[in-house]
Amino acid sequence: MRDITLIEAVNCALADAMAADDEVVILGEDVGANGGVFRATDGLQHRFGPQRVIDTPLAESLISGMAIGLAVQGIKPVAEIQFMGFIYAAFDQFLCHAGRMRNRTRGRLSCPMVLRAPYGGGIHAPEHHSESTEAIFAHVPGIRVVIPSSPARAYGLLLAAIADPDPVVFLEPKRIYRLQTEAVVTDGKPLPLDVCFTLRTGSDVTLVSWGAMLYETLQAAEQLAQQGVSAEVIDLATIKPIDKTTILTSIEKTGRCVIVAEAARTGGVASEIAAIIAEEGLMSLLAPVMRVTGYDTIMPLAKLEHFYMPSVEQIITAVNKVMEL
Amino acid sequence: MNKHNRKVVDFSVSYSQYLDASGNLSLSLKQLSAKGISAELLIEFYRWMQFTRTFDCKTIALQRTGRLGTYASCLGQEAVGTAIGKALHSDDVFVQAYRETPALFIRGITPEEIMQYWGGDERGSDFAAAKQDMPYAVPIASQCCHAVGISYAMKLRNQKRATLVVCGDGATSKGDFYEALNAAGVWQLPLVFVVNNNQWAISVPRSAQSHCTTLAQKAIAGGLSCEQVDGNDVVACYLSMQQALERARQGQGPHLIEALTYRLSDHTTADDASRYRHDDAVAEAWQKEPILRLKNWLLKEKLLDQQGCEDIAQQCSDDIEQAVARYLALAPQPADSMFAYLYAQLPELYATQLAELRAKQDEEGES
Repeated sequence: MRDITLIEAVNCALADAMAADDEVVILGEDVGANGGVFRATDGLQHRFGPQRVIDTPLAESLISGMAIGLAVQGIKPVAEIQFMGFIYAAFDQFLCHAGRMRNRTRGRLSCPMVLRAPYGGGIHAPEHHSESTEAIFAHVPGIRVVIPSSPARAYGLLLAAIADPDPVVFLEPKRIYRLQTEAVVTDGKPLPLDVCFTLRTGSDVTLVSWGAMLYETLQAAEQLAQQGVSAEVIDLATIKPIDKTTILTSIEKTGRCVIVAEAARTGGVASEIAAIIAEEGLMSLLAPVMRVTGYDTIMPLAKLEHFYMPSVEQIITAVNKVMEL
Repeated sequence: MNKHNRKVVDFSVSYSQYLDASGNLSLSLKQLSAKGISAELLIEFYRWMQFTRTFDCKTIALQRTGRLGTYASCLGQEAVGTAIGKALHSDDVFVQAYRETPALFIRGITPEEIMQYWGGDERGSDFAAAKQDMPYAVPIASQCCHAVGISYAMKLRNQKRATLVVCGDGATSKGDFYEALNAAGVWQLPLVFVVNNNQWAISVPRSAQSHCTTLAQKAIAGGLSCEQVDGNDVVACYLSMQQALERARQGQGPHLIEALTYRLSDHTTADDASRYRHDDAVAEAWQKEPILRLKNWLLKEKLLDQQGCEDIAQQCSDDIEQAVARYLALAPQPADSMFAYLYAQLPELYATQLAELRAKQDEEGES
């Protein structure tokens, strides 16, 4: 048991996976001596050598495509894209090959690879460093998209992603990389994928969120409790495939749902959850499903960023609205 | 020389050809033998090229009669694929584009598997042989990056194996090609790039693709050795590839071979090349095609006679007819196979969709 931050948990999971299996390798830009720009791979090249912690040339399509080549040979690549804003050059390879390899060869070849990237806003970063475009990946068949929201879930879910036999995009909410520490049992045990985590139980409204937005969502739940509103908070965790059972079961109990995401609204994961509830949970609903999300705008630069990010107040306003119905 | 203005690098690209368009071979049988090329191997080259041409002819006929989907012929480029197939060892990995049909045959992939793929059945890429070879790579140049990963794995595991990746002339304009070359150079990977320069990227000619004198020289920017070969000369192709692969297996680094050939066919069966190129250019290219020159040489050297050639043609035709019969007799996949290989284990979320599909399949079965 150690008190660690989310970024330390990522580092710890990578180290434990590499120690447990000689064929786990890390590749990416600045992952070697520098330990990654956020220090996710700090010390790993020193410990495991430059052959297994590979500083690649500055080429994201190469990183993604090379990981596919490693994976089909049975090596377990954990590829880092430095920021999600640079992932689009890697997306072509991931979409066209990683998610398709098992299907197109009828199981002869597969792509058990992890593509890690820090994502999300709120850290006053330069242009292209703050977007939340997880929905783009969630649309791709044959892959998983996983987002941790705490040090313990970062550790357990990253180990699970590395152990998974299919390609996983692992998006790390960088706003909370160092926000707080948590006592994590670093025993090499993965957490389950494809399931939500219920972080707080409640009976009046279900709040579904993921990544950094869970901090605002939990704060909102706390303030709502003081108002006498009992909110259940669900961490989606695996963005694709969505664990609809946990969400629908919760809505059966609460009859209300507010989904909180920092991504743009149109075509987002929040919309997918709302659609699932509309199709399969409508009869449980006492009020319409609400989405509290970023706007359908370009993510603003630092000075206007806080206007874009969903706030605790916005979440409370949305909950109050559904509670009136 | 002025120290402020000195040449820091200089390069040249060699071109090799042994068997010219008229069927003259500049090496004697003894010289060939010293390079590991026996008379039997030359006849085998001829046989595979002939087999492929017969196959292409047959598959186009199947497409025209609605029994196969869009097909990319390798007409005129049989020497490149044949040389690749024979130069690779069985434990090397072949990373194909989609126009190296003879290489696939030599690797043990069957004509019916190839027809299955182009006929719209994923099982065609579940090769019964060459289990580690990559499937068709339709997105241009993307396979070059896969080859980097595959050859990195070989190096990481200290294996004496090599990877060979093929791309076309159009692919050399893409980022993935450069990214892969660059990385192969940095890590000195056991990787051989073959640029199958057939002069056409669908309708865009080689001259509009790059101002480079050769496409081979693009490798120099990545620190790789490189060369050009006559891609219609199976001997030149084979010798270059065989040597490059052996150097790669011995840890001597990557290499690029630009094979100059010509796409005598349309891009695919969905293309009409008469829209963008002149018949006389194609007629001229036919004079340099790879099979006739080898046949002429084999006849001249009396390694084969007319009857022997006819026997080979007949055998190819018979074998392909049998493969076509096997292809046409294949039962279709069940519709739900589209879920069966989506993940190692299908996530619970998709159970509903799978049930919907099965209902649709059952309905179709009943109607």
